[in-house]
This record gives sequence, structure tokens and C-alpha cells, in this order.
Amino acid sequence: MRRDRLIFEQSTPGHRAVTFPHSGNSPMESFLPAEMLRQHEADLPEVSELDVVRHFTHLSQLNFSVDTHFYPLGSCTMKYNPKVNDYVAALPGMANVHPLQPVATTQGLLQLLAELEQFLCEICGMDAFTLQPCAGAQGELTGMLMIHAYHKTKGRQRHKVLVPDSSHGTNPSSAHLCGYEVVMVPSTSDGEVDLAAFTKALDEDVAAVMFTNPNTYGLFESRIVELARVAHAKGALLYYDGANLNALCGLARPGDVGFDVVHVNTHKTFSTPHGGGGPGAGPVGVKKILEPFLPVPRLRRERNGWNWDDNRPQSIGRVRAFYGNIGILVRAYAYIRAHGFEGLQRNSRAAIVNANYLKEKLKQDFPPAFDRPCMHECILMASQYRANGILPRDIAKRLLDYGVHAPTIEWPVHGALMIEPTETESRSTLDKFIEAMRQVAQEIRSDPEKVKGAPQTMPVSRLDEVKAARELDIVFSNPL
Amino acid sequence: MDYIPSTEADLQTMIADIGVRDFEQLIASIPRDLRVARLNLPPPLTELELVRELQRLAGQNRSLDQLVSFLGAGGYEHFIPSAIDPLVMRGEFYTAYTPYQAEASQGTLQAIYEYQTMIARLTGMDVSNASLYDGASALAEAALLCLNAAPQRKAVAISSAIHPEYRQTVRTYLQGHDVEIIELPVHDGQTDVGALADRTDLAAVLMQSPNYFGCVEPMAQAAEAAHAAGSLFVACVNPISLGVLAPPGEYGADIAVGEGQPLGIPVGYGGPWLGFFATSRKLVHRIAGRIVGCTRDAYGERGFVLTLQAREQHIRREKATSNICTNQALMALRACIYMSLIGKQGLRELAELNVRRAHLCAKTIAHIPGYRLKYTAPFFNEFMVVCPIPAQTVCDQLLAEGIVAGHPMGNDLLVCVTETKSEADIDRFANALMRVKR
Amino acid sequence: MNIPKDLKYTKTHEWARVEGDVAVIGITDHAQHELTDIVYVELPQVDARVETNKESAIVESVKAASDIYAPVSGDVTAVNNELAATPELLNKDPYGKGWMFKVRMSDPGQLGELLTAAQYAKHIGA
Repeated sequence: MRRDRLIFEQSTPGHRAVTFPHSGNSPMESFLPAEMLRQHEADLPEVSELDVVRHFTHLSQLNFSVDTHFYPLGSCTMKYNPKVNDYVAALPGMANVHPLQPVATTQGLLQLLAELEQFLCEICGMDAFTLQPCAGAQGELTGMLMIHAYHKTKGRQRHKVLVPDSSHGTNPSSAHLCGYEVVMVPSTSDGEVDLAAFTKALDEDVAAVMFTNPNTYGLFESRIVELARVAHAKGALLYYDGANLNALCGLARPGDVGFDVVHVNTHKTFSTPHGGGGPGAGPVGVKKILEPFLPVPRLRRERNGWNWDDNRPQSIGRVRAFYGNIGILVRAYAYIRAHGFEGLQRNSRAAIVNANYLKEKLKQDFPPAFDRPCMHECILMASQYRANGILPRDIAKRLLDYGVHAPTIEWPVHGALMIEPTETESRSTLDKFIEAMRQVAQEIRSDPEKVKGAPQTMPVSRLDEVKAARELDIVFSNPL
Repeated sequence: MDYIPSTEADLQTMIADIGVRDFEQLIASIPRDLRVARLNLPPPLTELELVRELQRLAGQNRSLDQLVSFLGAGGYEHFIPSAIDPLVMRGEFYTAYTPYQAEASQGTLQAIYEYQTMIARLTGMDVSNASLYDGASALAEAALLCLNAAPQRKAVAISSAIHPEYRQTVRTYLQGHDVEIIELPVHDGQTDVGALADRTDLAAVLMQSPNYFGCVEPMAQAAEAAHAAGSLFVACVNPISLGVLAPPGEYGADIAVGEGQPLGIPVGYGGPWLGFFATSRKLVHRIAGRIVGCTRDAYGERGFVLTLQAREQHIRREKATSNICTNQALMALRACIYMSLIGKQGLRELAELNVRRAHLCAKTIAHIPGYRLKYTAPFFNEFMVVCPIPAQTVCDQLLAEGIVAGHPMGNDLLVCVTETKSEADIDRFANALMRVKR
Repeated sequence: MNIPKDLKYTKTHEWARVEGDVAVIGITDHAQHELTDIVYVELPQVDARVETNKESAIVESVKAASDIYAPVSGDVTAVNNELAATPELLNKDPYGKGWMFKVRMSDPGQLGELLTAAQYAKHIGA
């Protein structure tokens, strides 16, 4: 196992990588008051450029990634990130542009963003889109704030938001950030929202209900139209968490179901790279009733071309400076232009086939949580292996030794694995994964210690998370 | 074009293996009347056509390669060392997921730990998180943290010298909370903190330095005034300026936030950028966002994991410190590599270069008849110029010569000069200003 | 599962030991077992008012963060400062060194609403 030193441990006084042109000798005191000046230099590394290149190249080699490994994380849609998208996003005319440049010098970008808004409206069945939010969670916050503003203009304040118990954690936390009380709605044993419980919980103090569809169990909510009708009848708005849009793109549209506001995750459905934890983008679409509340600025077509419009009195404001994660949005635009309607529909189809294929081939060793066709992801049970002393976490770690990134574990079902292959994986990759899973199941039965002790072949073995939390060391040489 | 490796034949074989008659059976749960017949999207493109189309759109923009720009106002054109892109574009970093499976993510985790360390050292604070979306939302998260830390206090003071879009973001984030937002007035480019003395209900005092007008604020005095009022003090700072200016940790800030875009991230028409967030140790359990911690593995070897996850949305749900999930990890990686490349000496030299160039430019402009500096307060690399005619007209005329003069506000022009502006550029700028038709 | 007979319990797994007009509060052995290794404890301030069935403290483990509800209402008279440096006391000795905070009861009648050891045992199926 290679042990990597920290960049600070490779520091040598006087070493450096980049130099700057000489700018004269006038002391800082001649420009700035002495008491405002920094007393002690920031202890940044002192290394050469080669040191930096080697260090970070080595670090990269410690990672699993889509470019190197099958990554079937349920609900994350780890599909291939096309390189052409990175190429076009890096064109100087896209990347080396200041957000405050006169709009006459940025019409290409504004045209692209306006078209992207249109594409997303069409794909989702909505009337208007904002590209401002930087991630799904920020999109949810934006949506919740608009819903809040909407109810305020109606002269009523509602205090609750209904969320299925299977929802992603960002749903209740976003609602809460907005000041709402979160009420959980249970699911039935068939994996769908309990319509009776939902109807009971829906009173006139409910501002909104948040759904993911397909839900986090990978199942299309077959009663969704009824759920939508019930919610609207009580004056509640419907929020769609687009995390699972990869199952529906080109097949069905949340706007047609009755959703009033949706967010999409470009880093899931639209292939923008995950980057080890971002940046992503979380565009939000709305029906006409919410359009006045969209964040500012909005793109507006004028005589001479596109411009930004700040004059929107009912807007909720903004959730960040400037316009959004533009570089990510350019990638999403390129992706949609490459695919067109046919391509997007083919993606959903292949994603669903791949997920069902895995479910069928793995069901002997890992029974599905729900005995019905899944959509783009499936939930397979591993709780039966508790009897052998094995938890889903152990299976996840052992899969790393087989060269596969673990699926999502223990969520939304305790004791289960959630697997989302995406459409960009070939049958042969899927078959290799199936073989690995079967071998792990076999090991669980015959030699569980191998699984318990996994991973064996990674740069580190299992890490002590309790120690990491109790003895907080999050800044080098400054443990708390 | 698509990226589906399976042919139609492959898919049919798999459908048969699944044991259904056809694909329709798999999506039987989607009501027929919801099914989409067609979407009105442009026809698909091959890669060749796609590149041409995007180049056409890119060609309709003028980039900073083609212009001499003195724009700042929240986004800063700095030299980006060429070693950053090849490292960051490595697929193992670029296409990796959030490092929940730590054993398969030591590259990302160690890089973020190093980033946290550098931000802490740069800002002089005890701890840092793994990044937030941008400076504005980081400032908003800081305000929320302060309110959560002092639930009996229901007011937040925010300087009106803070970037207007940052102030607007804070207001947007605080909408759902029962909180009074007080704007502190500005005199001669600096914040007047006198109003703080009378208040006993402040949870947070937010100030930016250099502020929106480019002026360096008396942060030490402001921090003292905030603490005297029983409030926490949040400093929103420019990371490059910390090469010469006292960092938040030195003047007692409780939280330091800011826009990390100057740290090796292209201006990119406004994003993706980087919100950094650092605090004193006593606030670490309240920090929004991910945090990477150092620990040991089963064999006693050093390794890195996401830690304090119990605060985050995926565990704590509605009681989480924030709702943030995906952040800006790749941008944090860029910043980490950037800070490694410029290093300890480089940061100071870079900051000094910015100060000298900006002050040279300011002095040159101040000597042009009709133009004067608006404020007497000290500045880092940005300053406000009062023009003899509307600043927009100045900008329009200079644009025709390939110069972006700055950010116009009435007769005022906000001018930023970084190390990317040579003395020749400054001369050209001054000449053009002199020739502006009034 | 350890359930001392001389204590009172809540359905949400807190215990109370009465010492005159003060109740000493902590979490049960069952609770610490479910939480697994506790990494951080956030306690109320001394002199703060706590109410029954409102969150008064937070206990964090690696995988969860649990709200702690005061079994009785009143003013906090003391908190266990040892827990800052050694949160594991909650795991090792939940009824002794792992005590969390003390409350001067505003309404001792509330004690009557708490569970006995036998009732709590039944509640957790011990």
C-alpha cells in the first residue's frame, strides 16, 4: 500500500513553483495602514511544480471514479461524463468571460442559457426554469422559498410540508431551512406512498408535498396522479425532486403529472461530472403560478438581444451571486443537444433495462425488496446475511476488492443495497458485476471473515470513524 | 449521438433474460396518458456537429483573452498556473463521486483535508469545511449558523458596503426565519459600526473586507464592537488580499467566509466558483457542509474520512446544520493545487503585486483632469473612480477600443487591477480615459 | 440490558434520578447501545430552562444524532463537563459518570408520569 505524505510534509523552505514579475520595492506600509497588515505569513506549502504534479497525480490514483470503475450507486446516476462537454465548456468564449461584461459581449452564452431553460421546460413539462441553484439541495431551497412566497401572496400562511419517509435527507432539511415543519408520510409494503395516510395528513396547513418519482425505492408511484389531485384540492403545491429523472427522461414529464415545481440534478441526469463532490447544478422549473417568484435575474429578450432583468418585484431574491454554475450548465446544454429527444428516450430505456437485468440476475443471492419491475435502480436485500455476521457495509467494502465501487447501502431501506447501473454500462460490465456479487455471496456463506475484513486491496483498510469524530483532526497540525 | 454501448440486439437479449415480453412491460406502472409522444428539442448532433455549434456560440462572446478588462465587483481575473488543469482534469478526480466510501476515495479526501488546512492557515482560523457553493451563499450560511448558536437573539447586522448580491442572498436565505436584518451605513467607503453599541439582540455582525467599493475595513475594531454587543463576528474576505492584509483569525473573527474564485478558478461567467467557510474551534459542530478528518485504519495507517456527518442532511434530516449535499469539491481541489503552486512566498508576492499595480493605476487616473478617486479609505486592488460623465458612457467608448473599463454605477466606476494588468495596459487605459468624449 | 430499579424512565430512553428537588438526567443503557460509539454531546447551558418533551440536548454518534428530551421541566443547575473531552462516558457508564445534566424541578408532580424500571423494561422489550 502506498502511503502518501501530505503536501505540507513535503514542504522545504525556499522552494516554490510559480514566480511573479517584479513589481518594485515600495513597502506595503506606503499603501496600507500598518495595523491592517498581516503579521505572520500564511503557512502555505513550499514545493516545486514537479512536487505538486507528482503529489496530486499520486492522489488521483488512489480514487475510484466513473472513468476507471463501474459505480452503481443508487440514486446518484453515475453515468459516463462525455469529454466533449468538458472541451466545449473550456472554450475561452465560454470559460474566460466575466459575469459583469456588457451583455453585447456575451450573447452566445445568454443564447445558450435561454435555450437550456427552454429544453428543460420541454423535458419536464414546466413553464419556466431558473438555472441559478448550484445543486439539487439549493434547488429544493429555491423551490420551497417560492412556495412560501406564493402562499404569502394568497394571504395565508401554511406551516407544514409533507415528505415520504423514504425521501432523500435534503428534502426535509430544505423544507426546514425555509421555516416549515416537516411531516413524514409512511409508505405501504408495496413501496409506494400510503394514499390513505397521505390524504389524512393533508390539511389546509400543508404548504407543499415533496415527491421523488420514481421514488427512492426505484418504483414509479402508480398513484401519483391521485396524490397530486388530493394535494391540489387542499391548496397544497407539489414539489418534484428530480434526482431520479434518469428513469423518466423522454418517457413522462413531471409537469404533466401535476407538479408545480421541479428541480433537476445536472450531475445526475445530464451527465455533468461529479468532481468528487461537486460542482453540480440544480435548475428549478415552475408552472406559471410560481413564475413571478423565480430568483433574479431572469433572461429577457430585448430588441438588441438577450439581457438580464432584475426588475421582478415578487422574486424571492437570489440564492447566490451572479447567474449559476455556468460551466456546468454549458455541459448540460451540450449533452441535450447531442442526444435530442430520441437520445434522451433511449437513455431512459437502456437505464431501465440495465437495472431490471441486474435485479433478475442477482435475485437468488440478493432478493429484491419489491417483487415487481423496477425503474432505473433496484433495491436488493442483504439483511439475510446478518445471520452470517455480515452487514451491507461489509459487502460494499468487499466489492471494492473486486474492482467495483459499492452500491448505495442501507438507504432508503435498512439492510439493503440500492443499485443503479445507468445506460452507459455494457452488458459485459454488468455481467462482471453480477459475477462479483455472486462470489461475494458465496464468500459470505463459506468464508465470511474475508468479507468482514474487507477491503484487503485498497490503499487503506477500514478507517476508524469514531476516532475521526472524537479526536477531531480536520486541519493538519492543529488537532482540536 | 448517445453513449449507450448496448445495441438494440443487446437490449432485446437482456429483456428476454429479464423474463418479460417487451420493454413496455417494464414501464407498465407509468399511466398511458402520461406517456410522452415527442419532445420539441433540436435534432441530435454528432460530436463533430456539436463542437461546431458550441464554437459558433462561443464565438459570439468576447473573452478576456481578447479584451483588457478592469472588471472586479465580485469576480477576479487572476493568473491561473497551467499545472492546475491537467491535474484537475484527471478522470480519477473529475469523475469520482462524493467520498462516502473512504477506502476508494483517499485521493479526494486527502486533497480536501489539505484544502481545509490551507484555508484555515490562510484565514488564520481553527477549522474549515470542504467548501460551499460560493461566497454569497457561504455568507448566508454563516448568518444562519450564528442565529442557530444564539436562539434568543433575533437580529443580524450586515454592512451595506458588502456586495449587493451577497446581501440579497443573505436576505433570501433568512426569509423563512423570524429575524431582523439591520443594514449598517457606509461613510467614505467604510462601514460605520456605531449602531452596534446600542443593541443587545444581535446574533451576527457581517462585514466584508475589502468591501464592495474596494475599501479595506477596520475589521479589528468592528470585531471588538460586535463582541462587546454579545454578537458573533463574520468576516467575508478576498483570499488573495490575505497575502498582505491581516487575516480574520488575527482580529478575532468567529467565522471567515468568502469567494474562493481568485484561487485558480476561471471567471467562467460566474460559476462554478467556491465558497470557503472557516470558524473558530468552538463552532465546529455547527458548521454547514462536509468536513474531512484524519484518522487511522485497522492497521494503524493514516487515512481520511468524511467526519461529523451526523450534522448533515443525510442523517440529521430536518435538524441538519444545513441542507447542503453536493458542494464544490473540484473547485476546492483547484484552490488547493493553486495554493500549493503559488506557495507561501508566492501569495505574499502576488498580493503585493496587486497592491502596487492597483495603486499605480489609481494614481495615474487621479491625475487625469475630470477624474478623481471617490474614497480616501485604503484599498487592496479595487477602487472607485468618479468620472466626469456617466460611467456607462465611459465604458461604452472604451469597449470600442477593446477595454472593459470597470463596473459602472451612475458617475462612479469600480475599477479592479490585478497582476494580469501590465503597466502598458494601465497606460493604455489611462490614455483612453483621457480621450473620452464628454 | 441494565435498567436500575431506583430510577425513573421516559419512552424516549432518558432516565431521571431524584435527589431532593433536583433530578439528575441521562440516557439509558439501551439508548447508548443503539447509538453506538458516541462522539459528541451538546448540553444545555446552566440556568437554561428545559421543558418536558422539548429537545434539551443532542447526542451524536458517527451514524446518528439524537435529540434528548428532559423528563421533567425546570432550570438546569449543573451540566457534566467531562462529556466534552470524554463523550464515551455515555457508552461506558450511562447511569453513573455519564450523567448529562441536573434540573431543579418546577413541577415534581411530573415524576408521576414517568415510567418505572419495570415499565421501561417492558417498553424496550427487555
